[in-house]
Formats: sequence, C-alpha cells, structure tokens
Amino acid sequence: MSTAAATHDDHHDHHHAPTGLKRWLFSTNHKDIGTLYLWFSFAMFLVGGFMAMVIRAELLEPGMQFVDPEFFNQMTTVHGLVMVFGAVMPATVGLANWMIPLMIGAPDMALPRMNNWSFWILPFAFGILIFAVLMSAFGAGNPSAPNFGWTFYAPLSTKYGPASTDLFILSVHMMGISSIMGAINVVVTVFNMRAPGMTLMKMPLFVWTWLITAFLLIAVIPVLAGAVTMMLTDRHFGTSFFDAAGGGDPVLFQHVFWFFGHPEVYIMILPSFGIVSAIIPAFARKPLFGYASMVYATASIALLSFVVWAHHMFTVGMPLAGTLFFMYMTMLISVPTGVKVFNWVATMWRGSLTFELPMKWAIAFVILFTCGGLSGLMLAITPVDFQYHDTYFVVAHFHYVLVTGAIFSIFAAAYYWLPKWSGVMPSKLLGELHFWNSLISANLLFFPMHFVGLAGMPRRYADYALQFADYNFWISIGGFWFGLSQVIFLIVAIRCAMKKGEPAPAKPWDGAEGLEWEVPSPAPFHTFDTPPVIK
Amino acid sequence: MSDNQPLSVEERNKRTLKKLVIWAVAMFGFAFLMVPFYNVICDITGLNGKTSSTAATQAPEKVVADRTVTVEFITQRGDGISGEFTSETKRVKVHPGEITLVHFYATNPTGSDMVTQSIPSVTPGEAARYLHKTQCFCFDQQTLAAGERKDMPMIFYLDPEIPRHINQFTLSYTIFDVTERVAGKNNSVAVN
Repeated sequence: MSTAAATHDDHHDHHHAPTGLKRWLFSTNHKDIGTLYLWFSFAMFLVGGFMAMVIRAELLEPGMQFVDPEFFNQMTTVHGLVMVFGAVMPATVGLANWMIPLMIGAPDMALPRMNNWSFWILPFAFGILIFAVLMSAFGAGNPSAPNFGWTFYAPLSTKYGPASTDLFILSVHMMGISSIMGAINVVVTVFNMRAPGMTLMKMPLFVWTWLITAFLLIAVIPVLAGAVTMMLTDRHFGTSFFDAAGGGDPVLFQHVFWFFGHPEVYIMILPSFGIVSAIIPAFARKPLFGYASMVYATASIALLSFVVWAHHMFTVGMPLAGTLFFMYMTMLISVPTGVKVFNWVATMWRGSLTFELPMKWAIAFVILFTCGGLSGLMLAITPVDFQYHDTYFVVAHFHYVLVTGAIFSIFAAAYYWLPKWSGVMPSKLLGELHFWNSLISANLLFFPMHFVGLAGMPRRYADYALQFADYNFWISIGGFWFGLSQVIFLIVAIRCAMKKGEPAPAKPWDGAEGLEWEVPSPAPFHTFDTPPVIK
Repeated sequence: MSDNQPLSVEERNKRTLKKLVIWAVAMFGFAFLMVPFYNVICDITGLNGKTSSTAATQAPEKVVADRTVTVEFITQRGDGISGEFTSETKRVKVHPGEITLVHFYATNPTGSDMVTQSIPSVTPGEAARYLHKTQCFCFDQQTLAAGERKDMPMIFYLDPEIPRHINQFTLSYTIFDVTERVAGKNNSVAVN
C-alpha cells in the first residue's frame, strides 16, 4: 500500500526511516501519513458505500425484502457517520498532509508526531463504530448499532438510544480529537513553515481553503465533543441537558448539534474549492480569475457558516424574527459561493481548455455542485422548507454537494496529483471509465430523489408508498452502478501504487503551476530541506 | 533552517500550538455555555414554549373585557406513567387579566407511591411569556400515593398585554415518573 515506497533509493544522507509495518506505524513523514489518510478514507468510502448498497437494495422495491426496519435505520445512521467523518474528512486531511508542505515549500508538517497520532486514532475510532454494526449484523442477543440518524437527535440518542450509543460517543470523541489535532497541525504549518517569500497572499488557494477549514474545525469540533459529552452524562450520570422530565430541552440538542453541523458542511466543501481552484487554471492555461476575491469569499463563507445553523431546524417552531434571520443569512451565503463559481467559469472563459481527467472531474464538480447549491437555496426559504423538510429533496441536496461536490473534487485531486504521489500516470482508459460511469450513475442515483422528495417521500424509512416505486427502482439501479464504478478507481489506485503505468515527469500537466511540480515525480521522501526560492 | 529568525521554528510552532489548544478547549467550554445561554434566550422569547416555573405574585393590572383568548389543554403521559393524567377542562375562553382555575387529575394505579413531575409547554411558543400562573402542580413534584386519584389545580391569568394576533394557544403538560431520579438513582437508559 505504498505510493512512496520507491523513494527509498533517493539519496538523503539523514534518511533512516524504518521499513515495513514500522514505517507506517511510526511514520512522522507528511507524505506517508498523507498516503495513510488517503487509503484509509478510500477504505471507509467503500465501507460506507456498502451500507448505502444495503439501503438501496431495500428500497429497490416497495415492501420489506432484505433487512428489517431496525437494521435499515442502523445502516442510514452509520452510512452517514462513516461517509462524513471517515471518508470525506480524512480524505481532505490526507490531501492537506501531502500537498500543503509541498505547496508552501516546507520540509514537513510542523508537528510530525502529532500528525502520526492524529492519523492512528482514526482506525480505532471507526473500528469501534463498525464493531457496533458487526455486533448488530451477526449479533448475539439483540444489540442494535446506533440507529438514530447521523444527526443523533436527543432523545432518540439519549433516552431511547441503544446500548451501543456509548460506543458511538467514544468513537465520535476519538474522531474529534483526531480532526482537531490535524487542524492544529495545518494552522501551525501554514503560519510558521512557509518558505521565505511565500507570503499569505501568494499561497495556492488549496492552502488558503485548508487554513480556513482548519480554523472552522478547531472552532466547532469541540462543540460536537461537548454535545456528545452532554449525551453521555444524560445517559449515565443523571444530568438533564436534553431530558424534559428533568427540566432540559431536546430542542437544545439540535441547536448545539447544528452549531457544529453547519460549519461542518463547509469543512467538507472548502478544501474542494481549493482543489478545483488549482485544477481549472492548470487546464485552462490561465491564472485563476480573481485570486484575492476567492480568498475573501472563502473567509466570508466560513464566517457566515456560524450564523445559519437553525435553517436545519425551521420546523421546530421558532419566532418569526428568528426564521427570517436564518433564512436571509443562509441566502447571503450564496453571494460568496456565487463569486467562486463565477471565478471558476471566468478562469475557463477563453482559456486554452483541454479535458484531461482531473479537468473532467473539476468541471463536473462546478456544474453539479452548483445544482446542489441551488437546491440548497430552495431549502433556505423557510415556508417551502416546511414542505421539503425531512424528505428525499434534502437527501438529493446534500448528496449533490457531498458526492458530486466534495467526493468528485477529491477524485479530481487524486487524478491531478497521483503522478506526483506515485510517479506514474493513472490509467487513462480506466480513469475515463471511472469518470463517465460515476458521472452518469451519480445523476441517475441522486437526481430523481428531488422528484420523490417534492412528491413527499420522507427520508430514513425502510419502505415507501407505492407511487414512488418506479423512481426508487431507478435510483437504486443508479446506486448499484455508482457503487460498482468506484471499484474502477480502486484498480486505478492499486495500479499506481504498484508503479504500473507510464512514468510521470516532474510536471505532467503543462499548464500546472505551483511548487509541488518543481520536485521530481514521485516526490522524494524528503523535499524542500532547503527552502525553495519564491519568485 | 531559519537561523535568521529571532525565534526558532520549533519555538514558534509551540507558541501557535499553545494558542490553538487553548482555543479548542475554550470552544468545548462554549458548548456548555450554550445551555444557560439557550435558557436565557428561551425565557426572553418563549422560544421553546416553556412557561415560568415560579408562581406569579402580582395580580393582573386590569381585565381586558373586549378580548377573549381560547386556551386549550392537552396532556401526555411520559415514561413510566401507567395511570390517567388528564384535564377536566379541555378548553376555556378567557379575557386577558381574568383569573381562571382549571383542574387536572392524575391517578396512580400501581401498588407503590410515585413521585411525578409535570412539564408544561405552550404552542405557539411566543404565547408562553404572557401566561402567568399563580398556582400550578407543575411548580413542584407531586407525590401520588398507591392507588390515589389526585386533583391538581392550576390557576392562571393572561397578561393584558398579550398581542392581538394571539387569540388561541395550547398548553400541554407531560407527566413524568421521577421516583427513581428523586431516590438519587441515575436515569435508567432503555436498551433495545
């Protein structure tokens, strides 16, 4: 599982890294840790994807076929948790680990040992969570895995939560510690490790978006930790934060959760903005249009994300002034987001476009993320949200921004930087197959969800009314197709890791800019021991 | 590597690390600060429909005879309640400022004494701050002896200042068995 294994023959006299398992367990090298993060997140993507397949198999036809509703609920819950915390977030942390030091001309991340720790917590965190699912699937007695939805609203997760909720709480705490440490590392690296001359406003946008993401993480992951701690004490230590019988309020949970939860959705998408801001100029052969406005737009999105949380809970019964405030603030976010989309399109405008794999994914990102953004704007309108709330329309919205948004951009990043990571070009044929199959199947999978949602099909049920049968059949077909398409990427990645393919030059994309292309491909184990000269 | 810097990179890294850790810990604290903050906001705005948990001591200033507001009462049984809990009056039309008495009752068909706590909630929430109770069974825990049927009166008046657009609201009570909680035991968690 090494993309950097062949770099051992690189002659650096102070290079005495251990080999084999120890190399990975004790690694303090940002490239190795980045590789670990990326493989881990892809493994979690497949695990979470398998759960999605169970969900879509059950929903292929109306009525109950494969799993009982109780297990279905566990699948929706753990699918969400694994994809959010196990697939998307670690993938972007992996990209940050690999690319940020290369992009700013630093020899490594600022806190390499903490870097090692923040990765190695993750397999244990998800081991605990998946253990709960395995116990439920093959369980002795009747243990249920967490079954309250990934948002774990009280009192479903407190008073009515299964015993495995405590495993879930421990798991979330560990994921949180990992994320916070990863974020701290990024901030310290960006602030203190930049090569001389690399001023903040010269940094590539990927570094900027990750810096802002890191600040969001440090601000809100502790709030998530607070929420699960309150759950824990409510469950076992007699407190009543969310328990009405003891004077608490379950709605408080939703406020605390979404105070974390809304910045969290930007944590997942901001690094994607950075990725496409790197890729589009490279294949349009033009500098990014409006660099400074991109930085300010990203910062505004991050700031606004703290004052929109209640748009997830319009139906709890808020005063009119409250709903209006959150509605307008939410709509305001479309302004900086619109600036970004405009800048990407303006970068492509009259550029010498070529459509290599990373560019294909990046363009698909821009178009489909905008679709997801538009349905988000519809959801922001309070009175219509009352109709859309908790329907498949919401499911369609957040899968457009997370799958065809965040995950497509992560694939774009993978195809863009795989030559740098592995030293070989990813297979063009397989890459094309992966892209076109994913693109068509993802739209078959998620687009009809808008229609069934508007027609009133609620989320999170194992069954549905008969009139939704045809749409759901095709949604499920799209789901299986999309799931299988990802196996193609597994082959692409394994081939690169095994160095099968055309050797990559130091700069495989002729329009690409940035320090990462000044080091050879694959990137040597140690880079920028002497800081590069910034023009 | 950066020998020309007044502080070494390691030194600067440590400083930044320290600041960021403090920030993370502060945000963990902020999550808990949100609890009292939420309660204060709710008290001011009636956000969550909670009525005051203390008795109103002031008499209403006046009775607004030209307005009537319909107050509806609904009751729910929380966990551990097997007996009846209901209000004898289902709805009442009152003038703002008029003092009104309604009766609720609860039964305990079990063989042992039970401590109960009733939790009020008003829908729409904005009416909550205009509802003043001079006496309510919800202010204290009510002990129901084994087999007892207990009458639980509630006396209230509406603030004469209640906005014109509120001409109807619902007051809901949920009764909970808090015997174990009072006995100092932890809230037991249902395991399914």
